[in-house]
Amino acid sequence: MTTTDTATRSVVIERQLPHAPAKVWRALTEGPLLTDWLMANDFRPEVGHRFTFRAPPVPSWNGIVECEVLAVEPPSRLAYTWGSLGLQSVVTFTLTATATGTQLRMEQSGFPAQGGDSYFKGAQYGWQGFLTGLERVLGGLA
Amino acid sequence: MSLARISTDQVFKSLADPTRLALLERLLRDGEQSVVALTARASVSQPAVSKHLAVLKRAGLVRARRDGRETRYRAHPQGLAPVIDWMQRYAAFWGERFDRLEDLLRRMDP
Repeated sequence: MTTTDTATRSVVIERQLPHAPAKVWRALTEGPLLTDWLMANDFRPEVGHRFTFRAPPVPSWNGIVECEVLAVEPPSRLAYTWGSLGLQSVVTFTLTATATGTQLRMEQSGFPAQGGDSYFKGAQYGWQGFLTGLERVLGGLA
Repeated sequence: MSLARISTDQVFKSLADPTRLALLERLLRDGEQSVVALTARASVSQPAVSKHLAVLKRAGLVRARRDGRETRYRAHPQGLAPVIDWMQRYAAFWGERFDRLEDLLRRMDP
């Protein structure tokens, strides 16, 4: 399921995966596996680690994403900042064990105004405040 | 993947400041207002409010008009289109990458 969530105006993807959380966690946190499905990287699962995702550049995108690890809670939660073309956002993966495997949720939300620990507060406050107004006008934009 | 145009960058940067977000939110919610009225409920000085409004205006998020000695501002919601566009592009990006993740998981040992 892929949505641009109407309640939070963030990008949310949820998938039911027939694999154990520990295995999904490996795919999210081991560099070579991450390269296989997402992008080439120098990721390490350590809070505060700064790393880069690199994809082949295209005319409108240099292919570079600058990131910093914000949360590592195996095997249930992983979060890092995602900065590309001057646009800063936060990507959070949440893994929940189910009877058949794992429910994986990815949320990317924008507009964090401060760095470090205040990322989440800043993002939540600013984003939510902004969205209160945005919700009223979206009807006219579609 | 084409993630942004210059205008997108400008819109996001202009929204990255909590004071500007609050100003835009008020204009979206309460309609057109003067700088004086906006300053009365802001936590910063009138010159600061004017400066923030100028940034929002350059990003296409608000419009200004003279009314006698006052300048009145109103929200320009169409200016938010790049934000919607950004979300739609990333939704497509992640959808495609998650397909690849599922493929990888099938190839991995249990």
